[in-house]
Amino acid sequence: MNQLPILIIVTAVKILLVLVVFLTAIAYTVLMERKVLGFIQLRYGPNRVGPWGLLQPLADAIKLLFKEEFTPPGVNKVLFVLAPVITAATAFLPLAAIPFASQILPNTLTIYGYKVDLTAAGLNQGVIADINVGLLYVFAMGSLSVYGAVLGGWASNNKYSLLGGLRLTAQMISYELALGLSVIGVLMLSGSLSLVKIVEAQKSVWFIFYQPLGFVLFLTAAFAECARTPFDLIECENELVAGYQTEYSSMKYGVFMMGEYGHILVASALCTTLFLGGWRGPVLPPIAWFMIKTFALVFFFIWVRGTFPRFRFDQLMKLGWKVMLPLCLVNILFTGIIIQFLQR
Amino acid sequence: MQIIFFILAGVALVTGGLVVFQRHPLRSALWLIVNFFAVAGIYLLAHAEFIAAIQVIVYAGAIMVLFLFVIMLLNLREPEAEAKFMHLGQKVGGIILAVFTVLLLIYGVMQVVLPPGKAAPPGLGNTESIARLLFTDYLLPFEVTSVLLLVAIVGAVVLAKSKLK
Repeated sequence: MNQLPILIIVTAVKILLVLVVFLTAIAYTVLMERKVLGFIQLRYGPNRVGPWGLLQPLADAIKLLFKEEFTPPGVNKVLFVLAPVITAATAFLPLAAIPFASQILPNTLTIYGYKVDLTAAGLNQGVIADINVGLLYVFAMGSLSVYGAVLGGWASNNKYSLLGGLRLTAQMISYELALGLSVIGVLMLSGSLSLVKIVEAQKSVWFIFYQPLGFVLFLTAAFAECARTPFDLIECENELVAGYQTEYSSMKYGVFMMGEYGHILVASALCTTLFLGGWRGPVLPPIAWFMIKTFALVFFFIWVRGTFPRFRFDQLMKLGWKVMLPLCLVNILFTGIIIQFLQR
Repeated sequence: MQIIFFILAGVALVTGGLVVFQRHPLRSALWLIVNFFAVAGIYLLAHAEFIAAIQVIVYAGAIMVLFLFVIMLLNLREPEAEAKFMHLGQKVGGIILAVFTVLLLIYGVMQVVLPPGKAAPPGLGNTESIARLLFTDYLLPFEVTSVLLLVAIVGAVVLAKSKLK
């Protein structure tokens, strides 16, 4: 019997489940941000909709849907609509390669008396697709995310939007280098680009203990790539109104926001996978550990936003090129020396 | 597999044409990005996952972003109407050269005799084999290229900074 249809169905179900969980996580990340920021500033945060404000994301979504959908004159319509879609899609796509659990399905499934082998395509693993260049795939999708903001800024026919988009371009290009170089140490230790193999390599010790500098550099670069405080110059309200989002309203704005929070979640999940042992942990099921670690990092994102002021643009560039990049190279050099020394 | 190849090849050719025929440089750049994706897909079909990922990261994700950056900074308005006057000699010369080039290309393609199909050895094109080749057989060209890029960067910095003083 041809197994292909069943393999496709199993994959489709996995994709659907991951997407539903991810979208819910995005909604509650927004609520978590508002709550945590509230506590940091000695406020309550949203607490009117549902118990402890837990239904607030639903109310937000309904509000966004009912807002007026306004397209300003002089915009490039195709790109104007395409931009939020690109931002959201590039936030969702990396999830395909990030392992969220160990084995979740048995090796063989029996459907109507037919045995279906699930090990062939790695379908029994807790990941949608175990790509052998998984990390590069995630980076590739991340590097495309800049188009959403740039095209949105350009298509809006607004100088603030354009300036926001241009700033983001310069920022993303500068910090992509640091982001890529900061994980070279992890790759040298694991010997593989597959995220599943990287998690396997952290069986005994998490890579954060071997690569503390790499972890700090990666997290800093991830902040910049997500354009979060202290690197949120692209939408600093006192200079650029709202940056590339200025002309967006209603659900187009909503999709932009989904993309942004999606990027934060993906960055946290990737950091968990690379440095914090992925889904590994005692007692609790793997998926719970994965969630706990990811949301701990999301909390860190919010915590930093609540406590740090914004950089100036020249400070941002200096930090990226004159501090982060050399430190990344030093990290690679010393990792190489130590690995070579230990192999003797 | 073959159907996917032909779809990707078709997309690559059509978007390649669109890159040339767009009036606005920004649209050309955007079609070129789609073109890069189609080419990356063809690499994937050939089991060269590493090359495919690098194609997207370097070309679609970095170089084209820089292109867009420059286009947006320099050319914000719609391009001016194309030049009304074109010298007759230009037109005739262009047509003759184009026809000649096409004939030359056809002749070149006809000369090629493809060797009988042979599957690539397993693992060729993946990260390990590329790294091994780069650091053994092609070590000198690899290092020379890196020095060349460094020279280009130093040159760019010198050019940019000399104006400031």
